[in-house]
Order: sequence, then structure tokens, then C-alpha cells
Amino acid sequence: MMLIPCPWCGPRDQIEFTYGGDATVRRPASDAPEPEWVDYVYLRDNPCGPLDELWYHGAGCRSWFHVLRDTRTHEVLASAAIGEPFAPGEG
Amino acid sequence: MRRDVRLVDRESRICENSAHLRHPGVDALKYSIFSLIGHALSRERWPLAWRSPEPAKHYDVVVIGGGGHGLATAYYLAKVHGIRNVAVLEKGWLGGGNTGRNTTIVRSNYHFEPNAHFYEYSLKLWESLSQELDFNVMYSPRGVLNLVHTPGEMDAAMRRGNAMRLNGIDAKFLSRDEIASWIPNLDCSPSSRFPILGGLLQPRGGTVRHDAVAWGYARAADALGVDIIQQCEVTGMRIEDGAVTGVRTTRGDIGAGKVGIAVAGYSSKVAEMAGIRLPIESHVLQAMVSEPIKPVLDTVVTSGAVHFYISQSDKGELVMGGDLDFYNSYAQRGNLPVIEDVVRACLALFPSFGRLRLMRTWGGIMDMTMDGSPIIGKLPVKNLYMTGGWCYGGFKATPASGYVHAWTIARDEPHPLNAKFTLERFAEGRTIDEKGAGPYPWAH
Repeated sequence: MMLIPCPWCGPRDQIEFTYGGDATVRRPASDAPEPEWVDYVYLRDNPCGPLDELWYHGAGCRSWFHVLRDTRTHEVLASAAIGEPFAPGEG
Repeated sequence: MRRDVRLVDRESRICENSAHLRHPGVDALKYSIFSLIGHALSRERWPLAWRSPEPAKHYDVVVIGGGGHGLATAYYLAKVHGIRNVAVLEKGWLGGGNTGRNTTIVRSNYHFEPNAHFYEYSLKLWESLSQELDFNVMYSPRGVLNLVHTPGEMDAAMRRGNAMRLNGIDAKFLSRDEIASWIPNLDCSPSSRFPILGGLLQPRGGTVRHDAVAWGYARAADALGVDIIQQCEVTGMRIEDGAVTGVRTTRGDIGAGKVGIAVAGYSSKVAEMAGIRLPIESHVLQAMVSEPIKPVLDTVVTSGAVHFYISQSDKGELVMGGDLDFYNSYAQRGNLPVIEDVVRACLALFPSFGRLRLMRTWGGIMDMTMDGSPIIGKLPVKNLYMTGGWCYGGFKATPASGYVHAWTIARDEPHPLNAKFTLERFAEGRTIDEKGAGPYPWAH
């Protein structure tokens, strides 16, 4: 069972959350060339190791936030509110 | 010339180091009831089913991945295309990845034409695979039944069933009463948690012994001269002038005329060695078995509404699975909430199974593509090919995947059956999204 450290509510059972996927994906400008849009919509780094991802605390504060999680072990390394840097060890 | 030299090298090596191993293709033992009786009476040791050679310096084709797909690719390269100077490189042991972790279901009940034709060809190969390989893969056409719980699902099932029949694939709609008399354990009462309105049956669907598929292809490929090299992890690729010329491995560099990637779950990582980003995320899918019991369920039952599937193995275990864990993972194990979901769905449909103990659970890593369909074909680096992106559906695809992957490698162009499963389809807007879920890989 994973405990997800919500920056607002503290560590909670994973069933309270919805996964939002890779947080490093950046939406290109609307007039950006097509390859940039293909990259944004379809291509992923899919790292085997720490991944910056989005989670949504639907059964709690209903906030989106960042989780740094190791995809090899499921270990949660850090979490952060949107727009904040990761603070290791918190939560 | 080079190939001849290498074969001589290998023959002498076999004679020196492994006198007990059979020579490829020469004295391959035919498995039969007579050989079984003969060995039972003589108590003579069975010959090893395949050799374990040292990797050579160079191969015409190197296939990365010793699961069903990689071994099938090597087999069809040797059998159909006469390319026998082939190595299969496996970082662990044969069939230790998803080949040994799936729920053994085979079917071709797809709606879209590229999927329907591809998986139907695969099912046709399954039907005669035991004879083809001289290895009993225990294909059991016990039927795959998709339950229908709502009027909306009824429309979708009718549409898909009709599409299948128009594509020449067997499909049959069963009423609730027909299902109730066929599967007495299934709760078909109107008051059940998920009332059953009927079901779409593919009678030729069923199960296949998954390990036997890897072993059967390995033995048959080895007999045709393919080198199967286990405990050999590919760590990099040698690329010169935009073409792959070999791979770096934990057992040294190996040159290759062409390289095929068959490592679903890790396709992103291996493609990355060639500088290629894929429209894939890796996710963990769990499965589980109950304790073994006497025969109680003689078909495969699935429910799309609760995303649950169940069948009974020949050992008597009930084999079950359900949803992904819904987060990126390379861990080959999942978490308890999904196991709980699967068990809940099981008990809602089959209340009597609540008396059974859950014996084992495990996870496998899925290549989840952005449209839910596989990627089989050429990659942007010359002489580099892949078969992957199988999402939940890799096992049933094994024979056809190997067949068309071998074809693509041998001819440097796709077979008509995989012509639509290109990597370029995403950029071209030609995705094959059976579920209509959009570019959210965990939603397929």
C-alpha cells in the first residue's frame, strides 16, 4: 500500500487519490510547429527511476500536487504543492 | 562466408564443451507418446530442449528479449525466411517476464479492422501451434465470454459481434438464460450487484499454457540453429551513420546486421539506447490465483463493466485479473487496492468463490501505448525494429507478433497485418484507439 504525502493533508492512503501522470510534460504554444505538439500529446520519457508526477486528492482537499516517486520501487521521495519546489522528507 | 566460419566455430565449440547437448537440427528429438514411453522404460535422461551457447561476435539478426515474442520472432526468421544466424538475448531467463505473468487468455474479439485481422491471424496460429512446434502448448478453445450488464453495453456488444462476423471471426450472442444454464456458479439473478443481460461469446477463444509457448518456440528455434543466450542484458546499442550495427551487453559487444526489440514493459528503455522516444508509459498489471480446486468453470468469463476476468487453470486454480494499478511502474508488483477490487468483482459475479483462499498475486509491466494498440515495425534508426506496446494484450498476440516482426526484419518492410501498427501513426493522426480513450495510456 502506498502512502501519498498530500502537501495539505499529510500522508494518506493511495485510494484517496487519482493519478494525473507525468508532470514534466509542457503544453506548447498554440502556434508551435506540429512536431512539438506530437511530442506533447504522445511522447514520454517513461523513466525507470524517480518521476515527477501529478496526483489529485479527490477524497480529501481536492487539490492537484506534485509527487516525486521512484517507478522501480514505488517509494515516494517527496511531494510539493503546485508551483513549489520539492521538499524532501516532508509529509 | 563469415556465416560459414561462425557455424564451424560453433560446431567445434559444442563438440568440445557440451558433448551431451544435441547438434542443432540434426538429432532433434520428436516428442510423442512413443518417445514418452521409451524414456519411461529406459529411464534415459531427456536431452536438453535447447543449447546454451556463448554469444558469437556477430549475428545477421539479434533479437532482444527472450519472451514469447522474441523467441517467436527468431523461430519465424529461421523457419520462414531462412535467416538462421540469429541470437535471442535475454537478461533473465526464458519467459520470466510477461510471458510467465499473464492470465493465458487468447481471443480475437476486436472491432477495428487492423486489430481484428491481426489477432484473428494469431488465433489461427494458436490453433495449430502444438503441431507446428512439436510441443504441447495446451491450446484450449473453451470460449471467451464478455458479460453485458447494461443496455449501452448490449449495443456495443452487438456492434462488435457483428463487426467480428463481417471480418470472418466467430462470435455469438448468448441470452442471460443460456449463460445461467451454462455457468451455474455465475450469479445471473436480477437482484445481483451487476445484473447480467447477456454476453458476447467467441467460441474459439480460450487459454494456452503460457510457459509452454516460450519453451516450445525456444526449442524449435534452437533446432533451426538460433542461439538462445540467457543472463545477457543489453546495455547499449552501437549506431553508425544512422544504422544500428550491434549491441552492448553484460556479456560483451555483439555485432548485428539487424536488431529486433521484443521487450514489452521495457520498450521505452531499450529504444532510448537508440535515442528514440516512444508513445508509451510502463504500468503494472496484477493477476492472482486461488487455491486449486476441482473443475468448476469451463470457459473464460470477463466483465468490461467491472473490468474483471477469470478462468480456471488445468491445475485447478482460478486465475483472475482486473485493472492496472493506474500509476507508472517498473516494479513488477502492485498494491492491495487493485487486488481488493478484483476480488470484490469476483465475489459479486461468483458468490460461491468466497470460500476459496487467494494463493498468489503478482504483477507484470505493461507497455501502455497512447492509443491502446501495439507498435510493430521499423524504427527511425536503420536496421532497427520493434514489436511492443502490447498494453494488456501481448500474450494472445505472441505467434502473429513473432510472424510479422520476423517478416518486417527480413524484408525491411511491414507485413500487411502490421502495416497499420507503425510508430509514425501517432504523428500522422492514424491512431487505432479501440476504446476511444484518447492519449492517456493508463485509460486503455
